[in-house]
Amino acid sequence: MSTVTIDKAGPTRKAKYGSISRDRAWALRWSYFFLVIFAIFFLTPPVYMLITSLKSSAEISAATNPWWVFHPTLENYIALLTSNQFLRFFWNSAIVSIFVVTITMLISVPAAFALSRMRFWGSATLATGVFLTYLIPETLLFIPLFKMFAVIGDWTGIQLINRWYVLLILYPTLTVPFCTWIMIGYFASIPKELDEAAVIDGASWIQTLTRIFIPVAFPGIIAATIFAFTVSWAQFLYPLVFTTSTDQLVMPVGIITTLIKGDVFNWGQIMTGALLGAAPPLIIYAFLMDYYIAGLTAGATKG
Amino acid sequence: MADVALRPNRAAAQTARKRSSLHNALRRKSTVAFLMALPLILLIATLVIYPAFYALHLATLNKSMSRFVGLGNFEFLFKRETFWLVVQQSCIFAITAVIFKAVLGFIIAHFVHNIPAKGQRKWRGMLLVPWVIPPAMSTLAWLWLFDPSYSAFNYTLSFFGIGPIPWTGDAYWARFSVILVNIWVGAPFFMIMYLAALKSVPEQLYEAAAIDGANWWQRIWYVTLPMMRNIIAITTLFSLIVTFANFDIVRILTAGGPLDHTHIFATWAFRIGIEGSDIPLGASVSLFMVPILAVAAIFILRDISKRGNEA
Repeated sequence: MSTVTIDKAGPTRKAKYGSISRDRAWALRWSYFFLVIFAIFFLTPPVYMLITSLKSSAEISAATNPWWVFHPTLENYIALLTSNQFLRFFWNSAIVSIFVVTITMLISVPAAFALSRMRFWGSATLATGVFLTYLIPETLLFIPLFKMFAVIGDWTGIQLINRWYVLLILYPTLTVPFCTWIMIGYFASIPKELDEAAVIDGASWIQTLTRIFIPVAFPGIIAATIFAFTVSWAQFLYPLVFTTSTDQLVMPVGIITTLIKGDVFNWGQIMTGALLGAAPPLIIYAFLMDYYIAGLTAGATKG
Repeated sequence: MADVALRPNRAAAQTARKRSSLHNALRRKSTVAFLMALPLILLIATLVIYPAFYALHLATLNKSMSRFVGLGNFEFLFKRETFWLVVQQSCIFAITAVIFKAVLGFIIAHFVHNIPAKGQRKWRGMLLVPWVIPPAMSTLAWLWLFDPSYSAFNYTLSFFGIGPIPWTGDAYWARFSVILVNIWVGAPFFMIMYLAALKSVPEQLYEAAAIDGANWWQRIWYVTLPMMRNIIAITTLFSLIVTFANFDIVRILTAGGPLDHTHIFATWAFRIGIEGSDIPLGASVSLFMVPILAVAAIFILRDISKRGNEA
């Protein structure tokens, strides 16, 4: 605010400056006040998950103050972590997510490299196409895909429906367009001189990609990996439609279909399951928040 | 470049050779590039474009998929009262949720931007948590918060003398609940996008405005909003698409009830197509999402095409 001193009205200058800083102090107080309110709104459900997960069913049905745990117990955690069924869901989710992340990276890194650096017939159209694909929601495609896979099963005998590995075919439709799109952005920000120099020095395109692009764009690749992981971990519609037997289910669907039995809600276990299901993305986020946010703002994300 | 720099005396002699190898490399380039993009092309063609057109084909068949009925499914839908409820609810749901998410995100981004830079990371981290938790999991927490008999909300409200609210049992409250949860999930995304946009507005503009005597409101209206216009438009359109096509929140919270009042296109398509095994009718329902997606996509593309051309 040094420019304020230019003000010709000398005598009023000090008062004006003082009022600006006073305004700022008040703005700061109000900001904190509202941020606390918003933080309470945003954090209530996860905190409530944690509170409930530490309660016994007796305490839950006793209808005491729901915001406090009077007799904390780990019985819900023990019950779930020793249940084969729950561990199966966790295992399925983990294996599906790891495979999907790998497949996604194998497809989208070379594609993004090709689309951001090497022009070929239709490359510009394809880049736009990738973006449009990313805008097509899974809720539009699940019915035709379901029918398609059923027909493939009838024709070839290859059973895809109700097998966890069908998700390895389905999830990349969600992760690949998005990851390709944000990596096109990252790759485009790498100076052209860098790879031109590599080509002049006799590097092949594959070498240029692995020795120059991947190391330089590593933050972008980490961001894309985190996204591919969180998308495949959180996906709910595809596993709900394509898998039904309890040994094929992934976490979100597993928790919802097995822990909710008719009208009987075992809330302690449901909340524990939900918390454990939310844990892997939250842990990754806690450590890699900056990459996550960089990826979110890098271009185009679902909201 | 390092190699060349190390051997400056040989650089000139090599120039000619390099130029021809660069030329060869460029000629091979398009083939290599096409091969690198081929898995992506195959994936999009077989698992996105083909099913999208297959949905159009499916929508013209009868329930047992043995006979072509043309637009019969659509005619049938138009005569059903539930269909119009779904259209109405989808619009109310998407528009209300997106407006609230955008406004809330804008406000929160401002507050975070206001506080000293060193504290921002902590607040940003906390406020983004709803966006990180898988929606299917956090919606379960909301379902428990909304529980009519034992839950936290009604317990807390009872201290203020507000009677038990049938959060998911009454049509209007159920609509309110699904929108509230959607806002909770989506507002952090707007917050983070707007925060990034706010950081890119040069501080000098605000200082200049302050010197000119602009008040707080004028600074937002004449400086912040014009500078953020693009990001606001794109974020809102994105969110409109995703909110319109939402599935998990409504499915878990109300499953479309009470009396189909909270069904949106995706959940109703699931109910009819998968649970009710009427695949053609389900496909017809989900196709109604296409027009709104197309309109939003055209607007987004207009802004994004610059980047596509650079690629």
